[in-house]
Parts: sequence; C-alpha cells; structure tokens
Amino acid sequence: MTAAAAASPSVAALRARFGNSILRDRVICGDTVVWVAADRAHEVLSWLRDDPGQGFDYLTDLTAVEYRDGELPLEVVYQLRSLARRADLRIKLELDKAQPLEVESVCDLWAGANWLEREVFDMFGVTFRNHPDLRRILMWETYAEGFPLRKDFPLRGHFSRSEQTRQALAANPEAHYSLEELSIAESYRELSVEMRERLGRGERGEVS
Amino acid sequence: MGLTGPDAGQGVAEVSGESPNWVTARLSDLVNWSRTRSLWPMPFGTACCAIEFMATAAGRYDISRFGMERQGFTPRQADVLICAGRLPFKLAPVIRRVWDQMPQPKWSISMGACASSGGIFDNYAMVQGIDTIIPVDVYVPGCPPRPEGLLYAIFLLQKKIMGESLTDQQLRVERTLGPDGLFRAPALIDEISEPFGNSVHQTRSS
Repeated sequence: MTAAAAASPSVAALRARFGNSILRDRVICGDTVVWVAADRAHEVLSWLRDDPGQGFDYLTDLTAVEYRDGELPLEVVYQLRSLARRADLRIKLELDKAQPLEVESVCDLWAGANWLEREVFDMFGVTFRNHPDLRRILMWETYAEGFPLRKDFPLRGHFSRSEQTRQALAANPEAHYSLEELSIAESYRELSVEMRERLGRGERGEVS
Repeated sequence: MGLTGPDAGQGVAEVSGESPNWVTARLSDLVNWSRTRSLWPMPFGTACCAIEFMATAAGRYDISRFGMERQGFTPRQADVLICAGRLPFKLAPVIRRVWDQMPQPKWSISMGACASSGGIFDNYAMVQGIDTIIPVDVYVPGCPPRPEGLLYAIFLLQKKIMGESLTDQQLRVERTLGPDGLFRAPALIDEISEPFGNSVHQTRSS
C-alpha cells in the first residue's frame, strides 16, 4: 500500500489495540477507510469515541452500500469526526448477504445515529440491535414492498401501480409524526451541561 | 356577494331543475364571471415547480392581477388546488385529504411534468400523475413551467369555468374514493402509469 504513509494515525492505534479485528485499511482520495470485523464493531467505535487520543465525538454520517457485484458483501459505513482534533475516519463493516443483516446499534454512543440507522433499516433492511425505536423513516411504516435501495429491488417496486396507489391512499397521514416526536423540548434535558449553557446564552461560543 | 352565499345555493337549486333558458344562461355567465375573477389558490408546492409558483405569485408576474389575490394556505377557503411539483406516494393521502377538505366549487391545476405524469421519476416512490389521486382540470407542461406557463393555465381554467352551466347537475358532484379505496379503476391507473402512459392519455382541458 503506497498510500499507507498518508493514512490516519488512528489505523496503527486500532491495529495495536484490536489486532485481527481490523481487517484492512485504505486511503481513498485522502480519506482513511478502515474495515472492521462486524462482531467487534461496537467495541471499536466505542473505543474510538472514548479514547483520549482518538476522541471521535461526532458521527458525521451513517449509511450503507450494496455493490452491483452480487458476490461482494453489503457494507455499513460510519463517517466519524473528531471536532477537537479536526480529524476524520471512515469505518466500514462487511455483512454477508447470505446471513441475516444485523449490526449493533451505536445510538448509545452517538444519539444522532437514531434516525440514520432508521434510514439504513428502511432502505437496506439492516437490523440494528438495541436500537431504541427501529422503524421505517422515509417510507411509511406499513410499506410492504421491501427495501428500496437493495439491488434486487425493481426500480418501480414490486407491486402494480394501482396496488401501490391503493396502499398509499389507505395510509393515515397523521400516523407518521406526532408532535412529541418532532419536539426538541424533551431532548433538551438530555444535552450536556455545557451545551445547555451555550444554547441558553443563545451564542455559538468562542471560536478558538 | 349574495351569489356565493347560502341564499344563492337555494336559488341555484331552483333554476337547476329547469332546462337552460335565457335567464339561467345569463345567471351562469354572471356566476362564472365572478368565480373566474376570484379564484383563490391552495398552493401544494412539493418541489422546484413551487419556486416558479412563488415567482408567479410575486411582484413581477403578480398572480393577483387575475383575482388570485389571496393565497389560501387552508384548503377550506380555497378554490383551486395547484399541485406544484412531484408527488410521492407518501403524500398521496395528504393531497387527497386536502382536496376532500376544499368546498365546492373547486378546480385543480397539475403544474409541471412530475405532477402531471411522474416526469423523470418513474420509480417506486412517485405517483405517476396526480390524476390517479384527484381530478385535474388543467395540466401545465414544463420542468418546471415558467410563470407564463402557469398564468396560461389559469387563463385556460378561467375559460373552462366560463363554459360551465349552473344547470349541469354533474359539475359539482363530489368525486370521492371508491369502495376499493381508489379514485380511478385499477386498470386505468396501471395503464396511465406505464412509461409515457400519462402523457399520451391527457387531453387539453378546454
């Protein structure tokens, strides 16, 4: 790997700590990508967040990829960011499509993963264990055609247009969102003291 | 405006039992003329067409010149539903409910390629033309249509309204969903949802 010199120092630290659970790493367009064994992913991500030398305190994005080559496994992607160190790291897990698609939820590490994991569940059918509220987020909750972003899903869906229209019209639009779900008043209490104080001041805080 | 009040409704019921004559024809003209000059739109903007709708409503094109002074963001006080943009299946029950909440007389304009036929979005998530959900009076082509296009559609709608008759019993009949939960026959929905289906089945409104 010629680009290994530019890899994030987190890779060496991960290898020293987790050994064989770090499957491989690559630098793609300047971004370090690390493939991690799926069964230890939660442990690895938890360490990346909490270790003082890593400090990846912000989950930029969580998504999944299914490749057109049916032999390749489905990947779940975590894009991490350390706000203090201004460093990025991309973690990928590979899921064998012959097995049930299951991953440990990271909602306990980053609360923002909640809706992102729901979207991956909605679009790819990946089940996140210990997710507090795993249900569809983009398609309506009674959507029965499957997982639209999977490669075996036909572009126009499985059902006929009239059946799709019938099911869509039968949905109750008021069942999708409740005011409680959209309210941020509840989650305000769960914020850190520092964040509450900053929001209370109505300022963005000092930029160092 | 007594013609649009409850008294007018009784008067209409009286004359509608008779065949059209000089009096009812002149009365229709008067009512239609007043309706064309006070079409209150209910904007149902879902995508980029809504930006063009905003441009139409803003000062340069000024939709108010044609009696659409009041943008009613409540369906209960609106006459024209303007669906501006693509309609995903998730919004299908919403636009149906908005349409059901609008009182008669009411009309609808399908603005843009996506609202009229699904446009480029021939996929699992998109309604292939809102006329599978609600009745449509005027289709506006374009992606998105320019404000002139929407204004032309409004002129067409006004022309259509001028051709209406108070004695026509079928005009103001509320067209609700059928017992199968669909607005049109399943075979027809499948047919017009085919690729290029809707664009060859639509005819001009006038």
